[in-house]
Amino acid sequence: MTIPTAPGATTPAGAPYVRIDHLTKRFGDFIAVRQVSLEISRGEIFCLLGGSGCGKTTLLRMLAGFETPTEGAIYIDGTDVTLVPPYERPVNMMFQSYALFPHMTVEQNVAFGLQQDRTPRVEMKDRVAEMLSLVQLSGYEKRKPHQLSGGQRQRVALARALVKRPKLLLLDEPLGALDKKLRERTQFELVNLQEQLGVTFVIVTHDQEEAMTLASRIGVMRAGEILQVGTPTDIYEFPNSRFVADFIGSVNMTEGKLVEDEPDHVLIDCPQFGAAVYVDHGVSAPPDAQVSVAIRPEKIQLSREQPEQGHNVLSGVIVGIAYLGDVTRYLVRLPTGFVLRVTAPNVYRHEERLEQDETVFLRWHESAAVVVTR
Amino acid sequence: MIRSLGRIGRGGEAGLGRWFVIALPYFWLALFFLVPFLIVLKIAFSNVQLSMPPVEPVVTWATDKVLQVRLHFANFAFVLGDSLYLAAFLNSIQIAAISTLLALLLGYPMAYGIARASGTWRNILFLFVVLPFFTSFLLRVYAWLGLLGRNGPVNGLLLKLHLISEPLQLLQTPFAVYLGMVYSYLPFMVLPLYSAIEKLDLTLLEAAADLGCRPTRAFFAITLPLTREGIFAGCLLVFIPAVGEYVIPALLGGPDTLMIGRVVWDEFFGNRDWPVASALAIILLAVLSGFVLLLQKVQSREGAGP
Amino acid sequence: MIGRRSWLVFSALVFGFAFLYVPIVSMVIYSFNASRLVTVWDSVNSPTVAWYVELFSNHEVLDAARLSFQIASVNATGAVILGTLAAFALERYTRFRGRALFQLLTTAPMVLPEVITGLSLLLLFVALEQWVGWPSGRGATTITIAHMTFSMAYVIVVVQSRLATVDRSLEEAAMDLGARPRKVFFVITLPLIAPAIASGWILAFILSWDDIVITSFVSGPGSTTLPQLIFSKVRLGVSPDINALATILVLIVTIGVSVLGYYMIRRDRRLLREAQAVMEATP
Repeated sequence: MTIPTAPGATTPAGAPYVRIDHLTKRFGDFIAVRQVSLEISRGEIFCLLGGSGCGKTTLLRMLAGFETPTEGAIYIDGTDVTLVPPYERPVNMMFQSYALFPHMTVEQNVAFGLQQDRTPRVEMKDRVAEMLSLVQLSGYEKRKPHQLSGGQRQRVALARALVKRPKLLLLDEPLGALDKKLRERTQFELVNLQEQLGVTFVIVTHDQEEAMTLASRIGVMRAGEILQVGTPTDIYEFPNSRFVADFIGSVNMTEGKLVEDEPDHVLIDCPQFGAAVYVDHGVSAPPDAQVSVAIRPEKIQLSREQPEQGHNVLSGVIVGIAYLGDVTRYLVRLPTGFVLRVTAPNVYRHEERLEQDETVFLRWHESAAVVVTR
Repeated sequence: MIRSLGRIGRGGEAGLGRWFVIALPYFWLALFFLVPFLIVLKIAFSNVQLSMPPVEPVVTWATDKVLQVRLHFANFAFVLGDSLYLAAFLNSIQIAAISTLLALLLGYPMAYGIARASGTWRNILFLFVVLPFFTSFLLRVYAWLGLLGRNGPVNGLLLKLHLISEPLQLLQTPFAVYLGMVYSYLPFMVLPLYSAIEKLDLTLLEAAADLGCRPTRAFFAITLPLTREGIFAGCLLVFIPAVGEYVIPALLGGPDTLMIGRVVWDEFFGNRDWPVASALAIILLAVLSGFVLLLQKVQSREGAGP
Repeated sequence: MIGRRSWLVFSALVFGFAFLYVPIVSMVIYSFNASRLVTVWDSVNSPTVAWYVELFSNHEVLDAARLSFQIASVNATGAVILGTLAAFALERYTRFRGRALFQLLTTAPMVLPEVITGLSLLLLFVALEQWVGWPSGRGATTITIAHMTFSMAYVIVVVQSRLATVDRSLEEAAMDLGARPRKVFFVITLPLIAPAIASGWILAFILSWDDIVITSFVSGPGSTTLPQLIFSKVRLGVSPDINALATILVLIVTIGVSVLGYYMIRRDRRLLREAQAVMEATP
């Protein structure tokens, strides 16, 4: 079963470093992971994104070796590691709770993995020192975990996992426990670190922003299956299903019937809009098919004057305004009763802002709408 | 989530280690706890004889290697038919039940007080509840012998206050037995209660107050039901061993507080009638097993809680 | 938030603690009473330490105490080993054959009346002696085995509850970093449950030291433990040297508990200080 990808997206070059082949995990009658196949390239940051219960954590744990797959196989750098225990895999994990050993110092925590490999003492000391300076914790060697702040603990956990130079680093909700400012800073630090070391990352998260910022490619999961794999742009601009379109960011979604289907454009009659939507590319669907149309809020523009374009124009009444500083979010009700979300950047500091209950025109570019057939 | 830690690996190392961890205590308990009960059962079906051990074998090799099993039901018939034993059983259950109730009535407020106390106080109070448990049980029961004697301070105080004119006979009475029981088993009641009360989410009580519920009602509607498992555990932990208690009735009790533990002891050491003692033990075990299984269920539910 | 009910709780606490401690305190006081009648205060000759002196030259008592101490120590060590293994099995291995029975076997010794377990163990030892010749006669060995069997149950409770609080991701992290399961247990798990193991040892020691009923069933001639000695004396009524003995034991326990308490309080304060320091240092 090939993973549906968006038009324009290509699978990364080079042989897959991590290959997951029809992986399934059953707990009794419950199927947590369903026939998942995936390929991850060396040096990538791959993100598994999904809500709770979608199976992403189970998948991660199977990669780490803490769960044995019911069916399927996992290959890392060509070797079948499906049944290899976690202490023998070239895979290391950064746990959501960090899992720092409370009775050991920072130094001892980071050195633990090297100790298991019986690394000679001198080399071990060097590598630990090097790692700690990389995560900017030099000087904290003798501290114990309870003497560190949340962000510091995370860096220790990271150092501990990376010091063994694993082939694959797994991260379980890495930014979840951090507050907003720290999260932003850590996001960039993580990406920099990864670029420096070249380790392949697989991240599991439910936070879209985390996924979009960190990942080079994202796999959206739901109910044990991967719905779409692609770069953040692919996922956002070219969702392959209603679920993916709805899951990432906000979206205006409506149903419609294909009334014109040409290779270079389609026209979809949308009763909820009370008008037809013009899209500037072809869609592979049978004639008169029922499709979904998705338009992102930032792709719609509002104006008091009637726009000049012919297609993709609507008018409605503003029923809600949320001023967020950098953007303003509007809710516009169409004559049909359907409410559209529109996000407009606040380009000017002084301008005549649109107000509640004003009648406005909405327009979007002919390439803005996404047609989704499933 | 099912931990497949034991099944990971080629079964070799992890599997062997896991087997060993389970097997060692299991074999010990099977040999030194389970098997003995089977032997008791066997002895209960045998007959007294003058020998060491003073029992006739149940299973014997008759001629030409045929196993002969002689089950002697007389012991059970004797025990179940004799009103003395029956009275002892009922008495034991009654005394244990009342002691449990008394311990609960005293123990619950104590546990509540300790659980609600602030940090350092709480630790101190907790230690002080547990401390008597660490001093000899026997000696603490003995202490009551001193206190309740005819010349003891209790009588002395009552005499001084002119509440009585002659020393009361406090020992060898049901009163003394109840006192001794509650005294000895109080920590067993307080500990599970404390554990349950401590886990109680205070914000629930705050929510109740916010919705207009008075504290007394909140106690009965919220605190009590939510600490239900602690109450069950505490009561069972007191009741079950109390039924078969020997030391307290032996030291503090009299002829009208005959308990089954004493009866078993006397039959065994006094009359050297091992089969009857075994039969009594089996019946006692049968009576209590239902409660033990109940305790198991309560404890496993507690463990699986939020 | 106790509200209006605080008077009830407070009086229950006061009454409860008084109830628990008055007998103990009374024993201590009477141990200094010169009168042989113990509870009749001899104001002429008291207070006196005569009974303590007599106690220390009483060989019977000293021998019994030594035996009890030996048995209790061996028992505690054995119970802790077996109990920790069992607690680990119950807590970490959620599925294995016979688990339900195992759970029952680990709870029952704690709960069943001692006459039952004592009787059954004696019968076992007698039968074993007949079949395989061991144990030859009852004595310290049989007492120790019996004690270990029921002490184990208590150790399991203490260790298992502590084990349940250990963050499993710590063990997983250790495995992830290359440590095999056995190593993980000794290097990660064991240090984290060490306090529970220590408490379990102390608990098992005290239970064994204190036991009378089971010991009576499985002991033999020549192996008299301290509780047995005390019991035979106590059946005859109050006796001042028992008071002296009781006071010494109470003193030892009180010192032990106080030291423990002090240590615990100091540790809590230290952890609190460190946590505060971290919060203040973080930007």
